[in-house]
Amino acid sequence: MLNRKIAPPIKDAVEFELSLKPYDKYVLKNGVEVYAVNAGAEEVIKVEWVFWGGNWYEEKNMVASATNFLLKNGTSKKNAFEVNEHFDYYGASLSRACYNETSAINLHSLTKHLGVLLPVVRELLTDAIFPDDELQLFKQNSKQRLEVNLKKNDFVANRLIDEYLFGFDHPYGRYSRFEDLAALSREEIIAFYEKYYKKGKCIVFVAGKLPANLYELMEGNFGDLPLHATQPDPIIHKAYSAVEKKYRVSNDPGGVQGAIRIARHFPNRHHPDFYGVQVLNALFGGFFGARLMNNIREDKGYTYGIYSYLQNHIHQSAWLVSTEAGRDVCEATIAEVYKEMELLRTELVDEEELLLVRNYLMGTILGDLDGPFHIIGRWKNIILNGLTEDFFYQTIQTIKHISAKELQVLANKYLVPEDFYELVVV
Amino acid sequence: MIHFSRFVLSNGLRVLVHEDASTPMAVVNVLYDVGARDEDPSRTGFAHLFEHLMFGGSINIPEYDDELQKAGGENNAYTTNDLTNYYCQLPTANIETAFWLESDRMLSLAFSKKSLEVQRKVVCEEFKEHYINKPYGDVWFKMREMAYERHPYRWMTIGKELSHIENASLNDVKSFFFKHYTPNNAILVVAGNIVAEQVYELSEKWFGSIPAGIKYERNIVQEVSQDAPVRMDITADVPVDAFLKTWHMPSRMDPRYYAVDLITDILGSGASSRLYQAMVKEQQLFTNIDCYHYGSTDAGLICIDGKLVKGVSPEAAEAAVNQLLDLFKAEGVSVSELEKVKNKTESTMAFEDMSVMNRAASLAYYELLGDANLMNTELSKYHEVSADEILRESRIIFNENNSHTLYYRAGKK
Repeated sequence: MLNRKIAPPIKDAVEFELSLKPYDKYVLKNGVEVYAVNAGAEEVIKVEWVFWGGNWYEEKNMVASATNFLLKNGTSKKNAFEVNEHFDYYGASLSRACYNETSAINLHSLTKHLGVLLPVVRELLTDAIFPDDELQLFKQNSKQRLEVNLKKNDFVANRLIDEYLFGFDHPYGRYSRFEDLAALSREEIIAFYEKYYKKGKCIVFVAGKLPANLYELMEGNFGDLPLHATQPDPIIHKAYSAVEKKYRVSNDPGGVQGAIRIARHFPNRHHPDFYGVQVLNALFGGFFGARLMNNIREDKGYTYGIYSYLQNHIHQSAWLVSTEAGRDVCEATIAEVYKEMELLRTELVDEEELLLVRNYLMGTILGDLDGPFHIIGRWKNIILNGLTEDFFYQTIQTIKHISAKELQVLANKYLVPEDFYELVVV
Repeated sequence: MIHFSRFVLSNGLRVLVHEDASTPMAVVNVLYDVGARDEDPSRTGFAHLFEHLMFGGSINIPEYDDELQKAGGENNAYTTNDLTNYYCQLPTANIETAFWLESDRMLSLAFSKKSLEVQRKVVCEEFKEHYINKPYGDVWFKMREMAYERHPYRWMTIGKELSHIENASLNDVKSFFFKHYTPNNAILVVAGNIVAEQVYELSEKWFGSIPAGIKYERNIVQEVSQDAPVRMDITADVPVDAFLKTWHMPSRMDPRYYAVDLITDILGSGASSRLYQAMVKEQQLFTNIDCYHYGSTDAGLICIDGKLVKGVSPEAAEAAVNQLLDLFKAEGVSVSELEKVKNKTESTMAFEDMSVMNRAASLAYYELLGDANLMNTELSKYHEVSADEILRESRIIFNENNSHTLYYRAGKK
């Protein structure tokens, strides 16, 4: 007779030996590094060009993001429509993204069409002209999007908490403003493009079912460009954190929920505590089964979801708790967050819970190594942050072996209420 | 080509197996043939509330999530107006844990008062977070009520109003469960590094003894053909005007569906689509505009949706959209434009099929529609769509008498 009260035996995920499939590396004649992972069953490919063109390098707010956005809106030979039409015709998508240190162009395509798509990417990297009417349209539409977003408490909260942590003059603390949008000029964008894209430092990541002639295609389309002609000077930005730590902001008087952010500084991925803090964070609020969710959602029903996470930047990270809670229970929610911090500081986590977190984290990594796009994602993170493969294996060792005592020491070092900025936007 | 095998247990549970030895993971996907359309109009939001309750403990297992996470697994679920889908992924070595968990909640939930109370609150917060506390959060509540007079697609999956969830009683919840969450109303898909025989044994072991329920006979009132336009003009506390217009379209299993799906791509998908190029770039009437559809099991809606540039009136925006549609209805699609959207479909499908989890969900969905093998024949159906069909469908659908128009004006209510 089947006894449903007894769980079937499991193999603890900590017993799994995980490995990161190696990449192939190739250096083009101009020094551009290409990292490639060939895997997967579907005939698809993803190519990502990463530039050191994030807002870390801009002299005026929003120049980096505007340049990145407008990059595909016209060359001397093709207008924006013709550029888009080319990628769309082959069922491909060309997206772009701007981060703090880096900016990227991302191509997703069926492998068979790569050959006709790369020359147009090349055209964007050599001959983008940033037409003035495209810039004006970008300004107008961005302004309206901003107006809509400013109505959202979570959007406002995300901006303010970054500003408290790093200061508005720091790239991590800065955000979009109407006046900065209005002040954007075509000349500044072109200058940024010249320096950080056309002659900028570029690394390429490729993954999927790779065509046999991948390297010839990359060499032929990009190997002769003056990328790396000017390496960006190392720029140091100093963070000016807010002195005051607690904020209550009114944004939407009729709102039914408040956006809560509780955040502190954390060094970065190179810090020796980073490995253990990943595990501690999981325990605290890093996944659905974590303590914050169990207590504040599953026990009290104050919110649809609450998470904690490390907001990792290359130079400096932050550790945040983020949720939207009923406006009447915002303060009670915050009190519970501090209670959970206190429990982690004062009581050793029991072995059963710790094993659950270990297994969960190992399972996530195992699942996350499934398929070429995930694998290249792991490598990209390692490479762009100046880490080595050891980072991956050290993470796994820590998940498997960190002790309850070590976690408690970390909790006492980092989960200290006085270090946290606290914000509610209602 | 997606390979799979299929068998049915004596209690009516349909089981599909998709073997893929390249992944270390296994996916267990349970689709229940119940969605918001199966709800009582005075008790809406139940299928979705159940999505939450299904994680609140089953008859023999107090904590679904803990047990799965111990086994290195992750899970989630979603509810639509047509169906509810639960899926988890875990290391293949621990696949039996998923059978244990999923079979126990199919057997019976724990129906704890505490779980119901908490999940009611959680769903209410979800309702507020997504539909009340957000600008434009209520547009689809309004649009569904305009577009459907009789069909239960009239309400959103989250429910028609907060009070329906707030007032849900344990008895209501129990009767909904035993009506819909039965083996004969479910499809189990197991995918990943497993073999079919193993799945057969595990299915018999864990699901075989669950009694078949009374077969639920769906009896939904369908819409009758609409003979006059429906319009609504409202003002809300939002920063810019929005425009939303929908038209009835054929159901997911109608052969006409494929042409309609391509029409939405021609009009609204991507930066080279007709609406984006004309409305955002050339005429600068909209800051963004999309065309998409709800390809639901019963007849759905095709939609054009965008926000207006300040100073542009909804009347002017609508006139421009109508003009574009008139041209489309007059001239149809060019050969290369049709080729473009077919290429896009091929590409989208290839990207979707990359993950075992998506493949499992697709197999379950096509099985629900009547035949899992549809997954392998879909692309050819898109390839067969001709320019003439596109023209014919656009003329049938984009008919003012078949439309619902919502002007959503910025201002104080």
